[in-house]
Amino acid sequence: MDESSTRVGTIAAMPVDIDIAKVARLARLALSDEELEMYGAQLGDILEHAERVQALPTEGVAPTSHPLPMVNAFREDVARESLEPASFLSEAPDVKDGQFRVPRILG
Amino acid sequence: MGDLADLTILDAGDGLRAGDFSSADLLEAVTRRAAVTEAHLHAYLTLDHEGAAQAAEAADASFAKGEDRGLLQGIPIALKDNMCTRGIETTASSRILDGWKPPYDATVVTRLREAGAVITGKTNLDEFAMGSSTENSAYGPTRNPWNTDKVPGGSSGGSAVTTAVGSAFGSLGSDTGGSVRQPAALTGVVGMKPTYGIVSRYGLIAFASSLDQIGPFSRSVADSVAMLDVISGFDPRDATSINAPVPNFGGSLDRGVAGLKIGVVTEFMGEGIDPHVITATRAMADRLAGAGAEVVEATLPSVEYALSAYYLIAPAECSSNLARFDGIRFGHRTQVEGTTEEMMAHTRAEGFGPEVIRRILLGTYALSAGYYDAFYGQAQKVRTLVRNDFTAAYGHVDVLISPTTPTTAFSVGEKAADPIAMYYSDLCTIPSNLAGDPAISVPIGLDDAGLPVGFQVMAPSLGEEVMYQVAAEVERLAGFTERALLATSTVVAP
Amino acid sequence: MSGWEAVIGIETHVELSTHSKMFCSCAVDVAGPPNSACCPVCLALPGALPVPNEKAIEGIIKIGLALECTINESSLFYRKNYFYPDLPKNYQISQYTFPVCEGGKLDIDVDGTTMTVGITRVHMEEDTGKSTHIGGGGGRIHDADHTLLDFNRAGVPLVEIVTEPDIRSAAEARAYGAEIQRIVFALGVSDAKLEAGSMRFDVNVSVRPVGDEVLGTRTETKNVNSLRAVQRAIEYEIDRQINVLETGGKVIQETRHWNEDTGVTISMRIKEESEDYRYFQDPDLLPLETSAEWREEIRRGLPELPAARRARFIDAGTDAVTAGLLVDDSDLSTLFEDAVASGASGRAVGIWLTGEVVAYSRRTGTPIPDTSLTAPHLGELTGMVDEGKLSFSAAKEVLIAVMDGEGTPGDVAEAKDLFQVSDSGAIESAVESVLAENPDAVNKIRSGETKPLGFLVGQVMRQMGGRADPKVVHSLLRKRTGA
Ligand SMILES: [Zn+2]
Repeated sequence: MDESSTRVGTIAAMPVDIDIAKVARLARLALSDEELEMYGAQLGDILEHAERVQALPTEGVAPTSHPLPMVNAFREDVARESLEPASFLSEAPDVKDGQFRVPRILG
Repeated sequence: MGDLADLTILDAGDGLRAGDFSSADLLEAVTRRAAVTEAHLHAYLTLDHEGAAQAAEAADASFAKGEDRGLLQGIPIALKDNMCTRGIETTASSRILDGWKPPYDATVVTRLREAGAVITGKTNLDEFAMGSSTENSAYGPTRNPWNTDKVPGGSSGGSAVTTAVGSAFGSLGSDTGGSVRQPAALTGVVGMKPTYGIVSRYGLIAFASSLDQIGPFSRSVADSVAMLDVISGFDPRDATSINAPVPNFGGSLDRGVAGLKIGVVTEFMGEGIDPHVITATRAMADRLAGAGAEVVEATLPSVEYALSAYYLIAPAECSSNLARFDGIRFGHRTQVEGTTEEMMAHTRAEGFGPEVIRRILLGTYALSAGYYDAFYGQAQKVRTLVRNDFTAAYGHVDVLISPTTPTTAFSVGEKAADPIAMYYSDLCTIPSNLAGDPAISVPIGLDDAGLPVGFQVMAPSLGEEVMYQVAAEVERLAGFTERALLATSTVVAP
Repeated sequence: MSGWEAVIGIETHVELSTHSKMFCSCAVDVAGPPNSACCPVCLALPGALPVPNEKAIEGIIKIGLALECTINESSLFYRKNYFYPDLPKNYQISQYTFPVCEGGKLDIDVDGTTMTVGITRVHMEEDTGKSTHIGGGGGRIHDADHTLLDFNRAGVPLVEIVTEPDIRSAAEARAYGAEIQRIVFALGVSDAKLEAGSMRFDVNVSVRPVGDEVLGTRTETKNVNSLRAVQRAIEYEIDRQINVLETGGKVIQETRHWNEDTGVTISMRIKEESEDYRYFQDPDLLPLETSAEWREEIRRGLPELPAARRARFIDAGTDAVTAGLLVDDSDLSTLFEDAVASGASGRAVGIWLTGEVVAYSRRTGTPIPDTSLTAPHLGELTGMVDEGKLSFSAAKEVLIAVMDGEGTPGDVAEAKDLFQVSDSGAIESAVESVLAENPDAVNKIRSGETKPLGFLVGQVMRQMGGRADPKVVHSLLRKRTGA
């Protein structure tokens, strides 16, 4: 048994196994098999640690998304000047006719 | 001392106003200091000689005309390289932003410019502020001026070092889980994280939006107040910015601590904390009691889960915040041929370093269908419990105190291969980020190895005034005047 | 489709016509030069942060109120995470739990019967940029070799209106789409132009055997950009699914793309993995709270909605079809309202407006406000017809002259000598001469046929130059022929 499968064994106590290749696809990260194995193992360790949050009883506890209880920050509907296109197009990797160019979208 | 580069901001300001020296002289002093220290420390990624010279000249012209825009006018300040500066390379220490020149200034940068500050340049950090040692930089690590075999802490290690060695009079960092306070502690300077929402995040390259807050590094508590005064205040460009007048941060600096009730956080005075650090912290607590404060034990029962919650919340937010780095509108793009989707995936894998990839993967997983409730949702509930703990504690004490870090500076490479060990160095600082409360680290002395020890003062939201009041007393009691070996212009080699 | 029942739900995206974008102050200027209305926020440059446009929030609340939704007191922005080159942040700020509006309904009229479509939710989000596919055959994504991106549209406020699966036919879907368009336009929150893409539909279709309770597998069809396309795409999709099922196949849950030119839907599946949007509350944005006062203030400011207006027009004397036509055209409805307010017959004004006035406008290519027609003209004209001073055909001639700018109806009728002849002597002599000229017709009428009577009326009217009152002619002819 190699190291990564041993670790998967320890993750079995967790709610689920990690399909690290799927996670990498979702995150748009082109990782090699070796990298996937390494990150998969590290994630297992970290999640094992993170799993501790489940030990705390939180029934009836509201989640905190924001450190401060504030509401309603709005902007008035006034149009202001935008950026000069040259100021950001000059920073783009590939530009054609004032637009950002990307390779073909479908394979 | 004798060298202008070693003055505090307030002393330098007095000299400027007295006509003893000019802003250009101050800039020359820090530039000269940087010329000596940079080869050993690598605190700066970019030095903006031209822009700084112009700003110093403008400040001197203002003084000459009798115009005074406040305590930062003419003062050389360094910026962590995750704050956008128009036309000046801003990389967040990532290869994916190599060479990027933003078309806009972050709000804090605008405020500094408007206050007449002189921006010296951009400082090194752990890539995208993810790390606690400034080793995770695509441009190489920053070293600790007290011992170059040691890390300066992180992620704002570069900014901490510039202030520690006098290659700037003060600097800005960002603190998501301790990234200002922890490097301040490890390099012997004052580092402060404000109440969430007091300082605009507009133009700060986001790591974890609900935790990030920009804060100042300085060589004195009063300098910290002077800097916070300039960078704080409502910003209509940041919806999470507090739309109210800021407190009088420095209103009680000279009041001492008599009559204040100070709680020592029990959870941070035992297991996991270096005994020497505990001893130093306890000694300072006793001295505060001697100065008239009522020092009591305080407990934050949920903080033992804070680290775990943090390492779910921060990666989850970062996985989404860093999605925009896709090789289309700015920054690095891969040479690998393929579809747009393949282009994005290769660009990101090439452009991000291992710690960033690790956190993106972790966050993506924690948010994905089926795991949300168990991880991210649960972490947010733990966050509520941590906040409740603080609220309960502040029901009977004015401030809480603890060590800033579990240990003094650790060795370069020591924790690089063990992410979890690295994460533990933010143990004492993370809870304040989860709660959104202000906290400050003040240097109180050196350990046996000659490395600085940081002392943390935490206060309730918008409690900066009492936090600074206690910090100022800590500073007086500690009388910490020692400077890093490298913080003298006479040093040539490490 | 006998034996099968279709179950349809519709998602409508409406671009709000605010001055500035949803989360930044760039102008909403989709038609400008590429990337000319962009800033750090809508380009998702590192460090930029969103701040919501208050006017857009008012806009969605208006839509919610018009659709009888509950406006949530507290509502949250979420991030919908997916990578796509036209989405600068690679997440869309949208809503998930606690949208601004929930649980409404819309009554629609389909072939004279009223039905109710449930509204599940109305939520706030932001539009994407625009992609132009270059190379290969004609700008299609499938064979393009690269794509150009313009982010002027990125961040334009977008409201999504989601129905319950209450719709059962393509005709109902079309009627729903048309009514939503009318409402959004009447509220003044969007120009609601389907052809310009400021309003777009996604249609969810499934079929099941009649009587089944369980829903069939559904498909979601995108790129449905006209009301006609709604109808055609759904008809196509229903037929396709029934055909699949009747030949022993299975409908696949997928996203399909409507091709207007070929009239078919095609599968858009690009990858096997289903999307996982990893929704979470956007930490850059605060909860949105709508106070009772704010909701009430917006409610008070709502304009009259098309349904209420149609009902009012019907009360004024028009039939349902005419009322619908009038309400759908703001120029017509303004003229109608003004004419009726000054005492004209609603029925008559409605007929003239939807008949001759529209025909004139189409024939001459003149928009109605550019003609010389006014509401008082309409009142005068219909009054004269009512009083028998003008025949219908003479009135038509008068109307055309009025629209051409020749004067008021009275002046025109006078100048053209078009007033009806009420002198029965003149009519009688014309009747006599027509009867004399058409003995065959007279005989037929006397032997019981009624058809030739109309022919004789027409002949008399012609002799009278159209100025005789047809009622008088008719009665004289009947008397003389014994019909
Ligand atoms: Zn914009």
